[in-house]
Amino acid sequence: MSGSEREREIESKHESDIEAAFADEPALVSYVAAGDPNAEETKEYVRALVRGGSDVIELGLPFSEPIAEGPTIQQAIRRALDAGMTPDRYFDLVADLDVDVPLVCMTYYNLIYQYGTSEARRASEHASGEAASQRGVEPFVAAAAEAGISGLIVPDLPVDESAPLKEACDAHGLDLIFMVAPTTTDDRLERMLDRATGFVYVQGRLGTTGARSDVSDETHVSLGRLDQTELPKAVGFGISEREHAREIVGGGADGIIVGSAFVDIVASQENVAERLEAKASELKAGALEARAEVPEPERT
Amino acid sequence: MSSKSKFGEYGGQYVPEALMPAIEELTDAYERYVLDNEDGFMDEFRGRLRDFGGRPTPLQRADRLSERYDREIYLKREDLVHGGAHKLNNALGQVLLAKYMGKDRIVAETGAGQHGTATAMACAHLGIDCEIYMGRTDINRQRPNVFRMRIHDAEVNPVDIGSGTLKEAINATMRDWATNVEDTHYVIGSVVGPHPFPKMVRDFQSVISEEAREQIREQAGRLPDSVVACAGGGSNTMGAFHEFVGDEEVSLFAVEAGGSSLSIDEEEGLAPHSASLSTGDEGVLHGARTKLLQNSEGQILESHSVSAGLDYSGVGPELAHLVDEERVTPVNVGDDAALEAFHRLSKLEGIIPALESSHALGYLERASETDARSGDVPDLGDLVVVNVSGRGDKDLDTVIEESDRRDIDAAPSMEVFEG
Ligand SMILES: Cc1ncc(COP(=O)(O)O)c(C=O)c1O
Repeated sequence: MSGSEREREIESKHESDIEAAFADEPALVSYVAAGDPNAEETKEYVRALVRGGSDVIELGLPFSEPIAEGPTIQQAIRRALDAGMTPDRYFDLVADLDVDVPLVCMTYYNLIYQYGTSEARRASEHASGEAASQRGVEPFVAAAAEAGISGLIVPDLPVDESAPLKEACDAHGLDLIFMVAPTTTDDRLERMLDRATGFVYVQGRLGTTGARSDVSDETHVSLGRLDQTELPKAVGFGISEREHAREIVGGGADGIIVGSAFVDIVASQENVAERLEAKASELKAGALEARAEVPEPERT
Repeated sequence: MSSKSKFGEYGGQYVPEALMPAIEELTDAYERYVLDNEDGFMDEFRGRLRDFGGRPTPLQRADRLSERYDREIYLKREDLVHGGAHKLNNALGQVLLAKYMGKDRIVAETGAGQHGTATAMACAHLGIDCEIYMGRTDINRQRPNVFRMRIHDAEVNPVDIGSGTLKEAINATMRDWATNVEDTHYVIGSVVGPHPFPKMVRDFQSVISEEAREQIREQAGRLPDSVVACAGGGSNTMGAFHEFVGDEEVSLFAVEAGGSSLSIDEEEGLAPHSASLSTGDEGVLHGARTKLLQNSEGQILESHSVSAGLDYSGVGPELAHLVDEERVTPVNVGDDAALEAFHRLSKLEGIIPALESSHALGYLERASETDARSGDVPDLGDLVVVNVSGRGDKDLDTVIEESDRRDIDAAPSMEVFEG
């Protein structure tokens, strides 16, 4: 799709494939780290998550300094890096995946920023001047689009630094998804919603990723602040059980984002695909229950 | 706001959204209290630096070094600041600022432990809770500082992941901050991180060059030909350089840790050095765009230095910018040469320098040896100020062990006294 076609789409409020994934029922967005424990198994796990009812797959591209992640995902990223995951192998993995749900790449800014340099380096080993001029975010976004990625989440790229990436995403038809934290000010929220497409990632609590045993009150407050938004709202950070899914969707979310609960299963190395599928169905069922029970979502 | 947060292309604010409101709040506080001296903040800070911190520090002529190198060598004695390093200048400023902002908890990372002890001291002095993150490798090589932090009632949290050095400690502290951002201030230990940290830390540290510039004019009757300081993150460096940046005739040398070699092992993800200014490549780490040690894909390399305080894969964005502008010259000194310099200063001048500072001192030797022979090292000139960023008490275990292992010429034998 060309850049101008994409712009027309946005203008006419036509949904992206990510937005469409939220259209009919509460969506389950499932995260695994690509390459944990290796590329082949990641593909198998993604298919299992889709069989279990995942509507969007968030595939982590591992970065050595994952400052937004808690211990579970940090270790998954470590395993994936140790097993040799690289941006190019990541794109190969994505291109090989024959699932029919949208794929979102979650990674950190330095990998995106460096990709052009390493591309150019590969193309011409000794032209270091050229390599430097190739640097920038466009080559990464182009490669992601080519491989079949529908959107990006970059936790260390706040909205005020995001103009170059936003431009590249628009040109290649990718959604750039922003995270809203419990501390986000109204001012910042407005700037984010100006640029956001796909869905709004509502960070359910302060801190880092990781499964918790309860749903934070902050989640309900954050959802309340997003009432006016037309974009789908998905809540992440801490969700691991059917009950959480039900409560969050009951509280007005259009979807849930689950990572550490799946990554724990991957780490256990026992019947992984089977258990991922079961866990996904359990969480999806929780989300669906909420919709069935509470036609008019109760807001706290 | 974008241009204020940058030094040329470097700097910026690349942090998770959860931290952005705190960074905006801090930027506002920095502008009001530090830049505009609101509520007399800077007056209180300077007063406490004097009475609690022991400033001003002397600028001492090093007679025997001057003789050895046949130039006038002056030492800026930051080792005499309370706590034993320049780190207190910044820690005291930030802890005081946190109090003005109404925060009641401090977190900090530390490498050599000097920033951690300075922060713990400042917190004890001002009565505020303190938690420090420190890599396991650094805990093992800087034990005296671990106990000093504990004595001041700070929690010390070991960080086991990765190489267990400064980079991992920064990651862990950022995660804590993102969890507790509403009541907690992160006292970052160098001129790194997202805006406003690089500017704010530089402002707190520039008391070093303010004093040194005045002192050298008084004592030597003119400005120096060069100022030499070691660069880890670059806070003592920027502190020692800042007031001289406008003096075009003064050369500024940032001495990085050359470690055991300047090569890189991409396969292992390892750099056996910490020379990000001279060998690094532009990228984004810990909130800022700067020069980094990274592989061609953008994964950050583990760095190495015998000195914990220089062992970091990044460097301050302002320093990266000044190097691109050719205002600052990056040079490096390896592990062995730093150890030699440690023993040399201890013997010749009766001052035990920190291993970090020993890198700066090591460059005196390197410049004198090589420029005589081949002229391939930039000249220091006749009047040189070296910043002795800290004292070496914390390093004694490492120095004894490493000097022995590496057969360092200048080292005394400790064998007969052992066990
Ligand atoms: C004595 C001393 N000097 C220098 C440094 C390096 O830090 P910076 O480059 O930020 O001054 C440290 C860091 O711990 C230190 O303890």
